[in-house]
Amino acid sequence: MNAPAYNFAYLDEQTKRMIRRAILKAIAIPGYQVPFASREMPMPYGWGTGGVQVTAAILGPDDKLKVIDQGSDDTTNAISIRKFFAKTAGVATTTATEEATVIQTRHRIPETTLSEGQVLVYQVPIPEPLRFLEPRETETRRMHALAEYGLMHVKLYEDIARFGHIATAYAYPVKVNARYVMDPSPTPKFDNPKMDNCAALQLFGAGREKRIYAIPPYTQVVSLDFEDHPFEPYRFNAPCALCGAEKSYLDEIVTDDKGSRMFVCSDTDFCEGRQAEGHHGSLSAAPYKEKARQQEKNNG
Amino acid sequence: MTTIAELPPGFADKVLSAQSTFRSVMDAMARPGSVQRIVPMAGTPDTMMRATAAIALTLFDHDTPLWLDARMRESSDVLKWLKFHTGAPVMQDSSVASFALIADATALPALERFALGSNEYPDRSTTIILQVESLSAGRAYELRGPGIDGTARLQAAIKPADLFERLGINEALFPRGIDVVLVADDAVVAIPRTTRLVTKGS
Amino acid sequence: MYVAVKGGERAIENAHRLLAHARRGDQAVPEVTLDQISEQLGLAVDRTMSEGSLYDRELAALAIKQARGDLIEAIFLVRAFRATLPRFGASEPVDTGAMRVERRVSSTFKDIPGGQILGPTFDYTHRLLDPALAQGFVPEAPATAEAVTAATPRVTDILGRDGLIESSPQAEPDAPVGDLTREPLDFPADRDLRLQNLARGDEGFLLAMGYSTQRGYGRNHPFAGEIRFGEVEVEFFAEDVGFAVPLGSIELTECQMVNQFKGSATEAPCFTRGYGLAFGQSERKTMSMALVDRALRARELGEEVTAPAQDEEFVMSHSDNVQATGFVEHLKLPHYVDFQSELGLLRKLRKEFAEANDVEPMQEAAE
Repeated sequence: MNAPAYNFAYLDEQTKRMIRRAILKAIAIPGYQVPFASREMPMPYGWGTGGVQVTAAILGPDDKLKVIDQGSDDTTNAISIRKFFAKTAGVATTTATEEATVIQTRHRIPETTLSEGQVLVYQVPIPEPLRFLEPRETETRRMHALAEYGLMHVKLYEDIARFGHIATAYAYPVKVNARYVMDPSPTPKFDNPKMDNCAALQLFGAGREKRIYAIPPYTQVVSLDFEDHPFEPYRFNAPCALCGAEKSYLDEIVTDDKGSRMFVCSDTDFCEGRQAEGHHGSLSAAPYKEKARQQEKNNG
Repeated sequence: MTTIAELPPGFADKVLSAQSTFRSVMDAMARPGSVQRIVPMAGTPDTMMRATAAIALTLFDHDTPLWLDARMRESSDVLKWLKFHTGAPVMQDSSVASFALIADATALPALERFALGSNEYPDRSTTIILQVESLSAGRAYELRGPGIDGTARLQAAIKPADLFERLGINEALFPRGIDVVLVADDAVVAIPRTTRLVTKGS
Repeated sequence: MYVAVKGGERAIENAHRLLAHARRGDQAVPEVTLDQISEQLGLAVDRTMSEGSLYDRELAALAIKQARGDLIEAIFLVRAFRATLPRFGASEPVDTGAMRVERRVSSTFKDIPGGQILGPTFDYTHRLLDPALAQGFVPEAPATAEAVTAATPRVTDILGRDGLIESSPQAEPDAPVGDLTREPLDFPADRDLRLQNLARGDEGFLLAMGYSTQRGYGRNHPFAGEIRFGEVEVEFFAEDVGFAVPLGSIELTECQMVNQFKGSATEAPCFTRGYGLAFGQSERKTMSMALVDRALRARELGEEVTAPAQDEEFVMSHSDNVQATGFVEHLKLPHYVDFQSELGLLRKLRKEFAEANDVEPMQEAAE
């Protein structure tokens, strides 16, 4: 039998070259979706194969990798992808946003401001922002070529006519460098402003749809809106129940079947960091951590 | 005549050297005007600078048609080395090239003669790898565009002297255009199609 | 007090252990071997090889075992392995005209040179469950005869001699072989890429699409010109030796449909073709493929595109079961941050609705 043997970071070198060339063109044309010959990965399409291929093409032995899903390092899919790279590339992993050189994410941008030495790799299910308005690739490609984005504005405007607001809460379309309309992946629109003028390089990989796109550092990213209906990021109006953060995106945790719920940071690293610094929320379950820290201080 | 056995070698560690070289080029492309160093070294055929050789080993293969300027093409070592280490086909027609290697910048053809991509597929364009005298000394250029926080200052001795004027086509043609990687020894600077020269008064 | 969920890593490991346990089933029952799968579930192996795009019976059998008999999962395993294999090039075109035929039927002529050969087929079996198979079962020895030495020319070649059917496109020996696993696809796609897509496509999807053309959604008047199954040689042209080297033989099923004729003021009318090819014995797949191939030629043959099976973007974008299953099943991954954003918006809209219509909003504890 042909016993499998795998390369560093799984992908063969020819595939990496192809992806690397696509990444360079993606950076050179911000927001434009570069077609690439996405490979079949040992994980299902729709589970991060695009992000995994981009990460595999850039990752080196000196990198420190962080993987998050829904903002958390501990969701099963994040664990699974982190283990995949630890195994195939022997790369160091971390959950601390500041320490990571490469961060692969699904559905969130970390709360901690990213820095110049970092690359944020997004997993993208449907890269085409116009896809739900026009299912044909031949048509949407023409629209991008002509920068003909009227259809998108009509859709947003119809939302306003119907609901009084733009009824898009996630995967909220943006315009990159005043040219391409781009899908930021299904991040909550709360995260959109973080993409603008970001110090880190942002790369987007869509495996099933075979597209790679990018936002270079310090690039203008504007959420589409209207003068009389400006873009508004949404955040549930409460502090985090664990760390008391007032400006982080929150998960809603249903605590019983009688309507009780609590709100906690979706970015677990950010939340734990704040708790370790002594911040408390109304339901903080981690005062022991602070006690432990105090004891360490006293002992040290 | 050089035999294959006498050709300068490729990377000692193909996988990790290509990765490290790519990251330098990626950083260069993401931060136009910034000088990045290529660390891993391979043997270089004459007329090819160290970083050019490393980029070739990292990005070229059967799927990337190349165009070489007369100085590069003159060297049978360069041709043999490229064929042996990358397998990339060398084309006569510059308008179908994925990459162009320029050793003699004074003879750089008009940029319109390279692939500029189409409005539907602007990525199907030539990346020019242009060897220059220095990326640390020489005239000062002030650059702006995506990847640059405000403006970036590049000090370089670049030929052709009117390179940035020529790259003006990128502004008119966008999203079509030409991306340039400048090479001086082991240093690289990228000028993607979105980068603009800050002119006095702008 | 609330503690965020941890321990996902342990959970994954335990789930995989449990899966291995469930896969083995009752350990008092003997473990199934790859030979048993390959020999006794041969059509499952054939489908896995076809849609997995890799001709290797042993690996396909392993994949089926590992996937607990879930063929889409098995196809996925084979594909993921295939993606890591180095490529040396493309084989010479196989000659199905020279196939060592095990089965061959034509519905267009009563008798054909080389004869109709029924071969191993479910056709004309009465679908009555056979209790004898539940016990140990030794089949009767098959009837045998001298191997037919006569050539078995393809029915479409016979029609082609009289110009009654359009000629097959001529191969361009120097043209590169399209491969959608190596090049990103763009539309409109040429027929080589369309056929590759269909050959890898899900049998059930193609069956439904082909069936829809028969029911009038892009009807193309098919006749099963010929279906043949048997062994063909595979050869590879080796640059260093300068000639084609035999690599071995593989089993293939080929279906040539004879379809709706075309013609114009300048061109004599003739039948058109639809083509299907698959590894192993896969008649349903190749017949469906041939129907869909013909439907997708609508543009080329100047027919109006009105039905799903004629729409190449629709068919090619949705035929792949590995892609489809991944994306459908990804809905079970957590989506709580985007759901939360949607929930927030919906609550806001409902509150505004209640205010505008002067109704009492539903009590929401969190609001």
